[in-house]
Amino acid sequence: MSCTVGQSVTRVDAVAKVTGQAKYTGDFMFRDMLVGRLLRSPYAHAIIKNIDTSQARALPGVEAVLTYKDVPQHKFPTAGHPYALEPGHRDKADRTILTSKARFAGDAVAAVVASDELAAAEALRLIKVEYEVLEPLLTPAAAMREGAPLIHEDSPRNIISSKGYELGDLDAAFQEADYTFTDELETSIVQHCQLENHIACAYVDSDGRIVIITSTQIPHIVRRIVGQALGIPWGRVRVIKPCVGGGFGSKQDVCLEPLAAVMTLAVGGKPVRLELSREECMIDSRTRHAFKFHIKTGVTRDGRLTGMHIKAVSNNGAYASHGHSVAAACGSKFRVLYPMPALKYEPCTVYTNLPVAGAMRAYGSPQITFAVESHMDSIARRLKLDPIEFRRRNLVQTGYVDPIDGNVVRSCGLRECITRGKELIQWDTKKARYQNQTGSKRRGLGMACFSYGSGTFPAGQENAGARIVLNQDGSVQLQIGATEIGQGSDTVLAQMAAEVLGIPVDSVHVISTQDTDITPFDTGAYASRQTYISGMAVTKAAQEVRTKVLDVVREMTGIPVQALDIKDGDIVYRHSGEAVTSLAEVALHSYYDPVSARPITSDVSNNARVNAFVFGVTFAEVEVDLPTGKIAILELYNVHDSGRIINRRLAEGQVHGGVSMGLGYALSEQLLFDEQTGKPLNNNLLDYKLPTIMDVPDIGVDFVETLEPTGPFGCKSLGEPPTIPVAPAIRNAVLDATGVPLNKLPMNPQFVFEHFQAAGLIQEGGEA
Amino acid sequence: MYDIQEYLTATTVEEATALLAAHPDLTIIAGGTDVLIKMHHGQGAKARLLSIRGIQSLQGVRLLADGTISIGPLTTFSRLATDPVIQEHIPILAEAALSLGGPQIRNVATIGGNICNGATSADSAATLFALNARLKLESSQGERVIPIQDFYLGPGRVDLQAGELLTALSIAPEDYRGYSGRYIKFSQRRAMDIATLGVAVLCRLEAGGLLADVRIGLGVAGPAPLRCPPAEEYARGQKITPETFAAIGRLAVSSTRARTSWRASREYREHLVGELTRRALADAIARAGGPGSI
Ligand SMILES: Cc1cc2nc3c(=O)[nH]c(=O)nc-3n(C[C@H](O)[C@H](O)[C@H](O)COP(=O)(O)OP(=O)(O)OC[C@H]3O[C@@H](n4cnc5c(N)ncnc54)[C@H](O)[C@@H]3O)c2cc1C
Repeated sequence: MSCTVGQSVTRVDAVAKVTGQAKYTGDFMFRDMLVGRLLRSPYAHAIIKNIDTSQARALPGVEAVLTYKDVPQHKFPTAGHPYALEPGHRDKADRTILTSKARFAGDAVAAVVASDELAAAEALRLIKVEYEVLEPLLTPAAAMREGAPLIHEDSPRNIISSKGYELGDLDAAFQEADYTFTDELETSIVQHCQLENHIACAYVDSDGRIVIITSTQIPHIVRRIVGQALGIPWGRVRVIKPCVGGGFGSKQDVCLEPLAAVMTLAVGGKPVRLELSREECMIDSRTRHAFKFHIKTGVTRDGRLTGMHIKAVSNNGAYASHGHSVAAACGSKFRVLYPMPALKYEPCTVYTNLPVAGAMRAYGSPQITFAVESHMDSIARRLKLDPIEFRRRNLVQTGYVDPIDGNVVRSCGLRECITRGKELIQWDTKKARYQNQTGSKRRGLGMACFSYGSGTFPAGQENAGARIVLNQDGSVQLQIGATEIGQGSDTVLAQMAAEVLGIPVDSVHVISTQDTDITPFDTGAYASRQTYISGMAVTKAAQEVRTKVLDVVREMTGIPVQALDIKDGDIVYRHSGEAVTSLAEVALHSYYDPVSARPITSDVSNNARVNAFVFGVTFAEVEVDLPTGKIAILELYNVHDSGRIINRRLAEGQVHGGVSMGLGYALSEQLLFDEQTGKPLNNNLLDYKLPTIMDVPDIGVDFVETLEPTGPFGCKSLGEPPTIPVAPAIRNAVLDATGVPLNKLPMNPQFVFEHFQAAGLIQEGGEA
Repeated sequence: MYDIQEYLTATTVEEATALLAAHPDLTIIAGGTDVLIKMHHGQGAKARLLSIRGIQSLQGVRLLADGTISIGPLTTFSRLATDPVIQEHIPILAEAALSLGGPQIRNVATIGGNICNGATSADSAATLFALNARLKLESSQGERVIPIQDFYLGPGRVDLQAGELLTALSIAPEDYRGYSGRYIKFSQRRAMDIATLGVAVLCRLEAGGLLADVRIGLGVAGPAPLRCPPAEEYARGQKITPETFAAIGRLAVSSTRARTSWRASREYREHLVGELTRRALADAIARAGGPGSI
């Protein structure tokens, strides 16, 4: 029946992007545009005693030098969350524009606006700052220590929050268990490394409003937060989001825009561009929270989980950003995978003097999934159970209702995903083949499962807006509040509109730019929400246009609406397909009929109060080089239940990208800091080991297409999930190959070697 | 935006050495893949650059009548990797060339820049050490030829005197004829990465399955690239046995001066020296027609 949904149509922005015509923030040029730069604290924790900017101000080409004394000091939050009416649900407001106290090495303490980059760089060198250096608190343990200095005055022991939950009776659950197992697992600080660095450009328009062109995932939220930070009415800010070269959550946060706004205000409204270098981006945008987990699990002899107790400590860095909501999401999205009688989650999110952790693809789930899925394999091994069979005995069933948030599992293809993954990797054959290996190279198989949500409901509000205008020729403009950041949302949303309207997808002209002055309200690109949540708004808008079109046809022809359909741009009889008229005719009529002219449009909002669970697996085959500690991925498959797949080629692209991000997380990526001073050691792409295309093996992708009743066309989320189960699957494959449990990320060669050495697997002087 | 004050160009060696003599503060730029990175990180502000890219005589590889292979310092790694003389006579250098950066970098990065930059991690250095390469340095005052081992003074420091230009790297026939080799770059990524360790092993076999000569060059095993004299001496005339491999690996480690940094621990680097020297030697022997593994 469907003509576009389910087809791998070409991305609507493909040509613009490959020909270089797509306009990104850096492509906006203005006459006499000035350059903004930031002076960063060399100390991780220090109070500014004095700043002397006189020499910098005197430098030719310098138009403004700003410190905390020159800019508003309203405390504001930065997380890209919908505003909460209830004060208790709001994000923590712990930032000001430019700080009088540096809280990490790299914290911005002054800003310069100059005619060009060289003058700006020179001016930064001329600013004299006197610091009173405080003890840098680099680990949660150090920060929570009794008597440790406070990073923010209002957070005793530097704890942001430790709100968790407890389901069932844990003591009873451990009593009922035949065995209990405990493990400690740890993840590292990693960075998004999206292609396009953070950049914003601001000026004051002729009405005196601040216009900010910015590379963001969340334009409407940026407007609100700039208003809060500057203490001005939100309507005095206009935010424009052009093409964005990736974000992965780093741009689900307000990093540059308030600064860009005060910079333009400081130079009489002249346009100012503030662009971070890669080195700056890696420390002063956002990172992924490093977590330490302590897990205790009760299991019966036949492999049923009776209860689990998870303690999680999250290293949040210097400012709250998304803060505890990452730990909260971490504890909620995984728990549907293995419903069990008792579950206690005790998180603790702690300020430290490190770069700020925030949202990053899958928002806490890669961390906890690494921990729980590694722990599951370690348990299976100790129980001598097949790890897949062990999981199968505990998997969620369709119909399950989450006892805390009330979300319902209405579709679940997880068992089929596992079956498919096993087939693809030839699990049984290879398992048999790899028994009793000797020598310096060992092969192994591993897998891991995950569960995740589609959007944030009920933790967050899920409002989305869409607007459609029917043109005279029967094509439409589609305007959405949802932001295309490279993931392909414009394309799938166009497909949905085309499908409902019965027109070819190239008759849908997507307005890709979001502009808070004219774009319908939508909170933005995050939480894998666009296809599912914004798709609801788009189908609703398209249905309204469709209804209006058929009403006009009824007026024109007298044929009742229920007898009509729209197919490939024609109005046809539903029963026979016989053409009645064309959509173009109807459109012309709607514009120019002397009596009834009223161009057809729709403008809808959809407040979705629903969520859909997604599931999937990674299966990995590795070869481990024992003497060097190198892990090679021989084969890797991700199989996903994301409901109905709207565009398979785009979906596969999401999986390829997510898996390569997961591989970096598993094997090589890690931001490092000097253990004494907290200074970043490797905030560049040479020393931060982001995998290259040469390091990523062929990635096998498949989908188990369930039909999610709540999703538009049966879809569920896919944006973030592919990255979630990769690291534990690889870790479990290494366990299978060597018997050595690696409980810390990344599993880079030296780390792996040291563990093999400790396990007695390395013979010195070894075989050639 | 780079802070470049002046950009001069030369098209002949004489012109270049004259400019260098007249302006001692000039920085030579060849492919620029080190110079510009350093400037990006704030070193060499207000630089005055002398580009030597237009000097045709410094390009390419030549096989001289006496069998010496002469490599122009402006030869890019892409060119080196595909050069017929290199491929036929010292394929180990092509192997090293291909391990560097990625295709775009190899298209501009030069072997002269790689050496003059002075990094212990330079991917051509370990191999050139093993090949006993000699460097020709010219200035307006004259020229000198020195072994590459004498050129490296310390981390990032080379014996390039004021006004001097590297004009040729040469390898004598007795240093490559009859040898086969293997370069192993150990790094976390398969491209675009700095070596954790670079191991170049050259070997020649003699009748009866003995090792006639083994030469081992290491990068990142000390502040500068280095050779392993005790291991090399021991190897001469040895049978190809597990004990020989073990001893060579162990002795190679004794020549190193690796240190612990956040990039890798000394213990791990030393372990890799032993392990990878053995592996490179095994491969080199196999390429020489000897037993591939033992
Ligand atoms: C992305 C990237 C990846 C890289 N990957 C690698 C890698 O994998 N392995 C590796 O070894 N290196 C790597 N490098 C470093 C660099 O590319 C190499 O060292 C390269 O060979 C330098 O050559 P160049 O021609 O670009 O040198 P330039 O930058 O032009 O010069 C380097 C230095 O040598 C001096 N110099 C150059 N030519 C001469 C001459 N004829 N006489 C006297 N002095 C001279 C210059 O003054 C300067 O000090 C990488 C660099 C980048 C940017």
